[in-house]
This record gives sequence, structure tokens and C-alpha cells, in this order.
Amino acid sequence: MSRFRNSLISGLMLGTLLVFAGGALQAEPAKKPIGLGRVALPEEIAAWDIDIRPDGQGLPPGKGSVKEGEEVFLNQCAACHGEFGEGAGRWPVLVGGRGTLDKDNPDKTIGSYWPFASTTFDYIRRAMPFGNAQSLTADETYALTAFLLNMNDIVKDDFVLSRENFSSLKMPNVGGFYDDDRETTEKAFWKKNPCMKDCKPEVSVLNRARVIDVTPDSKTGPKVE
Amino acid sequence: MTDNSSPTAASRRSFLRTAAFAGAGLATGAAQAQTPKPDPAITEVPDWTRYLGPGVQNAPYGSPSKFEKHIVRQDVEWLTASRESSVNFTPLHALDGVITPSGLCFERHHSGVAEVDPAKHRLMIHGLVDKPLVFTMEDLKRFPGRINHAYFLECAANSGMEWRGAQLNGCQFTHGMIHNVWYHGLPLKTLLDEAGVKPKGKWLLAEGADSAAMTRSIPMEKALKDCMIAWGMNGEALRPEQGYPLRLVVPGWEGNMWVKWLRRLEVGDEPWEQREETSKYTDLLADGRARRFTWIMDAKSVVTSPSPQAPLVQKGPNVITGVAWSGRGRMQRIDVTLDGGKNWTTARLDGPNLPLSMVRFYLDFDWDGREMLIQSRAMDETGYVQPTKEELRKVRGVNSIYHNNGIQTWLVRSNGETENVEIS
Repeated sequence: MSRFRNSLISGLMLGTLLVFAGGALQAEPAKKPIGLGRVALPEEIAAWDIDIRPDGQGLPPGKGSVKEGEEVFLNQCAACHGEFGEGAGRWPVLVGGRGTLDKDNPDKTIGSYWPFASTTFDYIRRAMPFGNAQSLTADETYALTAFLLNMNDIVKDDFVLSRENFSSLKMPNVGGFYDDDRETTEKAFWKKNPCMKDCKPEVSVLNRARVIDVTPDSKTGPKVE
Repeated sequence: MTDNSSPTAASRRSFLRTAAFAGAGLATGAAQAQTPKPDPAITEVPDWTRYLGPGVQNAPYGSPSKFEKHIVRQDVEWLTASRESSVNFTPLHALDGVITPSGLCFERHHSGVAEVDPAKHRLMIHGLVDKPLVFTMEDLKRFPGRINHAYFLECAANSGMEWRGAQLNGCQFTHGMIHNVWYHGLPLKTLLDEAGVKPKGKWLLAEGADSAAMTRSIPMEKALKDCMIAWGMNGEALRPEQGYPLRLVVPGWEGNMWVKWLRRLEVGDEPWEQREETSKYTDLLADGRARRFTWIMDAKSVVTSPSPQAPLVQKGPNVITGVAWSGRGRMQRIDVTLDGGKNWTTARLDGPNLPLSMVRFYLDFDWDGREMLIQSRAMDETGYVQPTKEELRKVRGVNSIYHNNGIQTWLVRSNGETENVEIS
């Protein structure tokens, strides 16, 4: 009896709900969650959320000096990057290169090219040392960042970098980038009717890969990043 | 005598001369034509016709014929300091159609191949969302709305070694940082809707689980438009080197953004300016300034045969073939020239012509043995026409490393040998 009544009531309620749902559906598509997955816990987000933005969002508490950074660098980084960040062998150069970006062989380093100091901290923390990533403490990472900025003449020898003063850093090439403008500057590449017949009088060979002969075993040749 | 000058004798002499000439100096083929010998490939019974071959289950997961073992990915050791942060190349010269076999898809890693246990893999969505979520692989595969799509993935640095001139001999090396496969997975939008992106959430940071923890900022508009999370390629699970068990698919955009071993998606209101979008994957121009966020891969094509690794071997009927693609949409047309761009013929497209996917083109022709300068020129549905390298250099200089979609020239010599050249 009561069971019957209950089911009758729920049936009536369901009917009412359906009417409302139908109305809502016409107004705007209902976004009903599928219900797969589960809520991420704050500890889980904290464990994985290691990115840092130019405005400092994401920086952990901590600090490190140029001097401390030099010690970490010599122990953990110099084998590949050189004692002065000059790069051993073909490993990346981290220091120098200011004023070379418009030259024939530009030297793109942290100091000469990178627009934001946050990228240095972020990248060291997420991916360095190469082969032993995410092994440095926050203080070590602050210290390494301070050291690399010092080697690039961006901060003084006695500088101590922390979350608090991070936003005061300004990189030399921060104004050196602009958003993709191909659709404007390369507008000429959109052509209605490209030439099909008698497009040019003479054709001559200007250069040949065979002359350079670097396919694929040679140890000399251009560097690609 | 009079005999010698008779028409019959004269033609007999000329016939003999021709026969002698053919026998002495010319191709053995011509001599055989005189006295054809039976072909042992037909008259002798080979082992494979006489004896039993391996039975079923000899190879539970098959591999190509041993006679094809030279068709492999190759690397160029001098390009990078280590093998773990490096690249290899798809053997485009030996492939046909538009689907790249999974085992031949080029690889680009920044810290080697992460060997991820799918049971321990998680995907997290957090940041400016209503509900931060964690998914297992099982969760993802239960979602409604699963899709499968073919897309090209081209490394931003494909052809990057060729900015200053012809460097590498073979389309595998000049154009092989590309593959085109079917992906199976979910629209990224499905997961973002599940988490509920807040109105301020205009950017998405994607991060990999490898020890490079690769990250890129992706505008929300693109993420919601056609990005995918994929766990499959070409009908099976992703290969480890392609991000097993989960990768991001960013159709038409530079390969670096297709984060492999995808484990985290953070929603934010600004780009993160990560290393891979500041130090790398920014395009330095001649004036010392650089373009950033050059995401789209423009229309491009290459003749894969003939090419330095696939020379012409015979005069007469031959097939010129190649591939074309565009990050801006469907391919409209591909033109081919044999004379270095003086005259062009529109090639024949065959097989699927899907947007943001590779297209195969053919041009059947008779080769009379003359030297040729072969090029292909792609045009996509937006009317963008693949530029020459010189046109690109005029705008960009030679230091931009990425996004070289200039027209490639192959010099085919009269002996069929083919070479990477640049022409006026």
C-alpha cells in the first residue's frame, strides 16, 4: 500500500521533472556531467602543478643566492653546460650572445633571447638536470636561477632571488617577441592563380646538398634545436 | 661491285652493323632481345614454391618482409647533443598512400621514451574549472562520444636544416619529421565540459609525464574546436614513442604541441611562456625579433619519388609521386614541374583528401632520359600557395629554424640519379 503510494508519488514527481527538463532543454542544451573520473584532491594538484608564469604565479616559497647557485651549478650542471654556461661540446649554451640576434649566427641564450626569468626557474625545476629531473629543491632552483641571471649580467654578484622579488626581474629581450603575423606579412602567399606556363626564362642550380655532404653520418654540419 | 649497291645487300649490311653494335657495346638487354634466354625466375622452382613456409602464429605480431628491412627510421647524429633529446625521420621516399605505418612514424623526444604503465597513468584537469578531475585510462575509454580521425603531425623543425641551402640528400631527411595516422580517442572538449571551464579560462597548459615534463600553452578556442586526447593510432594503442598510453592531438598545428604521455591539463587566463614557446618554437627573423605562437603548419608538399633515395632507373613510363598537407584545411590542388618551375602540370590526387591530413598525388609521365628539375607546389582550400624558399627567406631571413614550407627541388640527372638542389 505505502509502497504503491510511494511509487505513485515518485512517478508523479518524475513526470513533473521531465516537463521542466523538457522546457529547459529547449531554452539551452543541458550540460549534464557524464560522471566519469573523480574530483582531484588538493594534495594531488599540489604534487603535479609545478608550472610558473611570468607574473610569478606558481612560485614556491624559498630563496637562493648567486653564490649558492654557483656551487649547485658546478656540481650538477657544468659537466654539460660548461663552468661558465658556455656549453660543453654540443650541449646548450646558457650565457652570452647579447647583441647577436640580428647577426648571421645568432647566439640564443637565457640572457640574449629568453623573454622571462620565470621560464628559467620553471624549466630547471621540471626538466633539469637532464636525466635526473625534479630532483632539485626550491631553494636550489632559486639559487641556480640567480646564478644564471648573474652570469648573463642581469643581476649583481650579491643578489638573492626569492618568490618576493621575482617579479622585479626584467629580461633584456622581453620586447623581442610578437604574435604570429603570417596572415598579414605573408599575405602575398595567398595567390588566386599561380603561374602555370612560361613562368621564368632560365633556371640554374645555385647549390647542391652533395657538395656539403653531411647525409647522414658526418660529424660536421649545421646545428638544429 | 654491283651486288653491294643493290638495295637488298645495303639493308642487310645495315642490319648486320646494327646487330654487331648492339652485341658489342650496348645493353645486354638488347642482345638478349636477339636471342631471348628463359628467365630462371620462371623456369627454376624456388625454395618458397617447393617447401613449406612458417605456419600461423609464427609471428603473433607480424613485421615487414626481410627484403624491406632497409626501410626504417633514420637519424642524423650531428643534429643534436644527445639521442634522448633528438629526432629521427620517417622514410617518406619508400611509402605510398597517406597512412604512415606506426613503426615508421618519426620520433621526437626531449627526454627519451617514457615507458608508462597504463594502470598507473592518470590525467588531471585543474585550474580555472568548476571541478578539478582525475581520470584513469579506463575512465577515459568509457566516455560517450568517442571519435577517430586522420591527421598529419609535422615537427615545427621539419626542413629546418634547409634554411640556408640544400643540406641533406633525401626527402626522408629534408621532409621526414612528419607522420599521418588515424587517431582514436575523445574530443578534448568532452573532458573540459566535464570539468566545467570557467569564463576566465582562456588558455590550457598541457603537460607530459616524461622526464622533460613537456608543456605548451594552447588557446582555449583551439582546445574546444578540434583537439583530441588519443589513446590509439592506426587501429591499436599508441606506440610508446608516440606517447603511450595518452597523447594530445592538435590538428594542423606544430608537432611540439601534441604533448605525449599526457598527464595534466591546467586551465588558466594567460599563456605560461614555457621553455618550448619562448626559447624554442619561436621564429627569429632577420631584424633580431622573433615571432611567437606560430602554431599553424602552412601548406607544404614534397615529391617522394623520384628523390635522392629513390632515383629513376628506367626511361619510358614513370610515376612521379608525393605527399602534400596543410594546417589550414583541405588540400585543393598540387602542381608539379619538371623544368624547375617554368611550366607546371596539375597532379592527380588519389585516395582520401581529408582536412589537416596528408594527401597523395601522382603524375604519370614518359621520361626520355633528359635532366629534370622536379618540384611540387601545394595549394590549400584557403588559397594559400606553397611559396618558394627564396620567397620565404625574403620575409624571414635564414635564422628562423622552424616552419620551412618552401618548395623542394630535385635535380634528376640523365642517369636517373637524383639530388637535393636549390635553383634560381
